[in-house]
Amino acid sequence: MEHTLNAEEIAEGVQRLAEAIRARTDGRPIALVGIRSRGDEVAERVLNLLAEDDRELEFGILDISLYRDDFEHLHENPKLQESDIPFAVEGAHIILVDDVLFTGRTIRAALDALSDYGRPGRVELAVLIDRGHREVPIQPDYVGITLETSRLDHVLVSLEGTDGIDQVRVVAKEP
Amino acid sequence: MPRKDLLDIVSLDREEIDLLLDQAAPFKELFTRSVKKVPALKGKSVLMLFYEPSTRTHSSFEVAAKRLSADVTNFDVAHSSITKGESVRETIETLQAMRTDYVIVRHKASGLPGTIARLTRASVINAGDGAHAHPTQALLDAFTIKEKFPDPSGKKVLIVGDILHSRVARSTSTILKKLGVEVAYLGPGSLVPKTGPENIRRFTDYKEAMAWSPDVVYLLRVQMERQDVQYFPSLREYHKLYGITDARLADISDRGLYLMHPGPVNRGVELCDAVMDYERSLINDQVENGIAVRMAILYWLKPGV
Repeated sequence: MEHTLNAEEIAEGVQRLAEAIRARTDGRPIALVGIRSRGDEVAERVLNLLAEDDRELEFGILDISLYRDDFEHLHENPKLQESDIPFAVEGAHIILVDDVLFTGRTIRAALDALSDYGRPGRVELAVLIDRGHREVPIQPDYVGITLETSRLDHVLVSLEGTDGIDQVRVVAKEP
Repeated sequence: MPRKDLLDIVSLDREEIDLLLDQAAPFKELFTRSVKKVPALKGKSVLMLFYEPSTRTHSSFEVAAKRLSADVTNFDVAHSSITKGESVRETIETLQAMRTDYVIVRHKASGLPGTIARLTRASVINAGDGAHAHPTQALLDAFTIKEKFPDPSGKKVLIVGDILHSRVARSTSTILKKLGVEVAYLGPGSLVPKTGPENIRRFTDYKEAMAWSPDVVYLLRVQMERQDVQYFPSLREYHKLYGITDARLADISDRGLYLMHPGPVNRGVELCDAVMDYERSLINDQVENGIAVRMAILYWLKPGV
């Protein structure tokens, strides 16, 4: 069993995110912060669609490796990359952007990481794909694509800039 | 694959060195935030076991561990008179009883950190053992050089001073060779080993060493409290022959060379006061980078079970 989304469907998802953010934030200054890896690429695409608007837009990248809650279970700690938050977090309206929302633990970690840069005025969440099965009380404000999945499915996202191709594969666990 | 211990540079392969040097940069980035601490090692314990006095390395490790949210315990044995045999046995038992996750060891006996590492599940980091190794200093030196020369291969580093007794010279030249950097030694004949690693140039004369055109001049600390003093006539003489005097600083500045020193500096011996304001002095960078590199090391190592 395998379900696939193509580049066009991904582009539509990104478009939906941009339009929803535009409609809801109404020209107010916002900062998009993408979560490594691939959340940063989604955020960049949304940013490009919003760039034509006459508004203040900031952009940042967050690596949440140091904030994970599963070090005990890892054989090897995740490789780190630099975060880049080039604007003042204090009081800012920040929209966290990620590729897939699953258990919600990554977003929990991202909220902790963000708060160490300052106290944002407001934080929202935009995800390209919501696949369900939350383990913590976190819900998205903006969703590009909703996928029905089983908890054991693998949702494999490839994006042009990171992986050379735009594609989402949902691979079912062998019965 | 992470390791349990970091005991020396010799046993690290190029891939591991590159990983640690790459990983130090994101840790350094944290220092610009309002909160410099991350929760990665929350609930882990770090024991500082320093049998030799040290201010810099000790506080650098302590800051690194605390910025990773680990709990730090100081086991201050620097001035105690316990004999080596007793102290080691007692130490291992203490480590086990405290369920320590990481142990930072400095000892005058070469190889002691390795002995402790074999007998405990904790990750052991060598913070300097005798004249053997000082791997964290080597990694921070390499990181500091790579910040200036992202591809350091083919660059030249001149290490000046007591090469013979220096674990810094040993570990730092080992890591630099692994990165393809050319290394040369300059010092009194009695303090520069005749044997040792191949293809390391040896100079006893400052002018000849400069004619080799190094990119970085790395000054070792004169160990006043240890053996150095008996190997040359006087500190003034040492400064005159191998120190960075005002005249040499002017020459170094003209050539655009970087200066490094592991600290703490003996002013007027290894270098003159004016070096402190020299724009290409990397001495303060080394201190800041030391914290980031040690964070990367603690984050990489995995204690045994």
